[in-house]
Amino acid sequence: MSEPILSIAGLRLSRGPRVVLDGVDLDVRQGERVALMGLSGGGKTTVLRAVCALEPFDAGRVTVGGFTLRPGPIPRQSHLGDLRRSVGMVFQFHHLFAHLTAVENVSLAQVHARGIARHDADARSRSWLESLGVGAQADARPSELSGGEAQRVAIARALAMDPPLLLMDEPTASLDPARRTELAAALAALTAAGRTLLVAAHDVTFAHAFATRVAVLAEGRVVEGGPPSEVLVRPAHPATRSLLLGNGD
Amino acid sequence: MLLLAIAIASASAFAQQASAAQAASALRTTASQAPAPKTSSSGVLRWGGDAEGGAPFVESDPVNPSTLRGFDVEVAAILAEGLGRTPQFVQVAWSSIDASVRRGDFDIGMSGVEDTPARRAQLLVTIPYYEFREVLTVRRADAAKFRSLADLRGKRVGTLGGTQAYELLLAAGPTDAIVAVSYDDDVHPYTDLADGRLDGVLLDNIIAARAERRTPGLFTQPTPAAVGHYVGVLARGQEALRDQIDAILRGAMRNGRLDRIYRRWEIYDDSEAAFLRREAAAAPLEAVGSTGGQATSTPGPLSATLRYLPAVLRAALISVVLSCLSMALAVIVGIVVASGRVYGSRMMRLVLTSYVEVTRGTPVLLQLFVIYYGMSSVVRLPAFVAAWIGLGFNYAAYESEIYRGALLAVPVGQLEAARTLGLAEAQVLRLVRGPQAFRLALAPMTNDFVALLKDSSLVSVITVIELTKQTQIFAANIGSWVVPGALCAALYLAMSLPLSRLARRLEKRLRIPQS
Repeated sequence: MSEPILSIAGLRLSRGPRVVLDGVDLDVRQGERVALMGLSGGGKTTVLRAVCALEPFDAGRVTVGGFTLRPGPIPRQSHLGDLRRSVGMVFQFHHLFAHLTAVENVSLAQVHARGIARHDADARSRSWLESLGVGAQADARPSELSGGEAQRVAIARALAMDPPLLLMDEPTASLDPARRTELAAALAALTAAGRTLLVAAHDVTFAHAFATRVAVLAEGRVVEGGPPSEVLVRPAHPATRSLLLGNGD
Repeated sequence: MLLLAIAIASASAFAQQASAAQAASALRTTASQAPAPKTSSSGVLRWGGDAEGGAPFVESDPVNPSTLRGFDVEVAAILAEGLGRTPQFVQVAWSSIDASVRRGDFDIGMSGVEDTPARRAQLLVTIPYYEFREVLTVRRADAAKFRSLADLRGKRVGTLGGTQAYELLLAAGPTDAIVAVSYDDDVHPYTDLADGRLDGVLLDNIIAARAERRTPGLFTQPTPAAVGHYVGVLARGQEALRDQIDAILRGAMRNGRLDRIYRRWEIYDDSEAAFLRREAAAAPLEAVGSTGGQATSTPGPLSATLRYLPAVLRAALISVVLSCLSMALAVIVGIVVASGRVYGSRMMRLVLTSYVEVTRGTPVLLQLFVIYYGMSSVVRLPAFVAAWIGLGFNYAAYESEIYRGALLAVPVGQLEAARTLGLAEAQVLRLVRGPQAFRLALAPMTNDFVALLKDSSLVSVITVIELTKQTQIFAANIGSWVVPGALCAALYLAMSLPLSRLARRLEKRLRIPQS
């Protein structure tokens, strides 16, 4: 077994009186495609946000790319260079920069965070958009894109920074079922290049098609884990069972 | 501590206006309580003047502030007595006496009102009741150097706006290259002279004498630059009343009552005595011109407009340049303040919030006074610079609120996305948050710029002659607001409309369509 690229240990986080995460433990190794599953409001998004240092937590630690996040305030952005280079994030609601075109969205950080020449960055951006099937929309503003197109532009934006670990929050939310399988295949292809994925999802079909491993989050903890063929076929925990029952879509 | 001292110092400038208004309202009360006379149908002689003008013209009695005193007050009393009426004082801003008497706010206006051709063209004018001299006051150290206006080539000379003295300075401008500086009151020209902001003040000898007593280190040149007369002004159609008043004045000249009043107020000398004797002997209906010139040669509105046009255009240029510079300052300071309030530490936020609240919560007029007069003991800013800083920092407070709102309106998700991509915090502001906030701020900013263009008229209180002030001077001089008002409005529109257009185009081009 290789060293985990991401290690989450005893992660606890409360919002006021509400305990959101109550000791989450999760290791992800290089090349894995992990589906973090659970019901809505179960804390999946919060785990991802904690990993990419957008959410302060109360206890535990997160080690990623040789950088360890500890409880307390989020470190300054200027101290997070290693972490930012190691982890990319695709948000559920994309959060594309509204004043920039698709290609400018993808190029912005390449130019300003990596110092790549504008011309080269744009060429790379266009080829990323092309490979994700949105090359024709390269010069469109976010407001002119459909949900699925915006989703793929957001993926291109994250991938263009070439992060070893990519986090995705509900990537299938803005896609119709046919597109979900397509996305699953595309994501599988990405990991062939040695990339690791941690994806928050509640869509069982997608998890089946995409994941090498499933972790189920319930009551603020990872209650069950293993290959999808086991966890999603013979669920051991009641939470997993209700997840499977509730998955009509 | 410094701020407090500044506030106290500048309060004096403000207090002048406030106390005058107070005194005036108190006076009206006592006047209305006076017993009604029986001799006349109207019963009272309403006379308009400005108690802010102060002694020896009209001032509230230091011993009993609810009553007035001054030689104009006593002349008015003689007139009322002669008419069998009770004098009733009506407070009016000195520069508005003409317009106010024409509206019928009072029967006669008189508190240092000068006899000018423009007045005669618009109003009825009594015979002159006092002869004054326009005199040049300089710092004592310059007494030998600056003997007359001709010695003040290229220097700044102050006076009261809308007066014969101001006209004299303007007339001297082209030949002697004198920079005429107009004031709204007759106190600050002399303090500014003592402070070195001016090199001379040209005003009535009465005012100069008073200033010399009050402000040390000043010297008034004995040779007058011109001679003028104080008259009473009445609305047209009041010929009968005017003739009665002329007769009363002449009577008071013959029997020496005016001499006694002037002597008591220490504004009497041999030449004044000669003037009164001359005037008393004049034939009843003979019109007496101010400086020998006859009143009939009043310039028409067109030639007056042409004569004033260069000055008005120059003033418009000052308005637009001042507005642009002030807006630039407001934008820069506003961005810094807004960023500080969004990103700064608690302490910094507290300081910046205080600045915004104090600036927005106090009148910009007071701020201009504080910067120009209040701080003059610490730093003596030129008027234009004081105006620029005053307007710039005032508007910066409003701008910063716009920018702060705009910064907070940019979705947090985009900022987080930018951070996960590895952009530094400053880059997030510069590349993601700032550009979008700018688009949101553009419309309210344009609004503020147009408002600033018009608010720039306030700086006339610190002697910057901008468009509105120049229009006032123009109007006061030709005795009508019609042409100057229309010209002024047209110039403001000519400045603000292209601005709005430009902003609308920019807005359209930069608009972020909302999905």
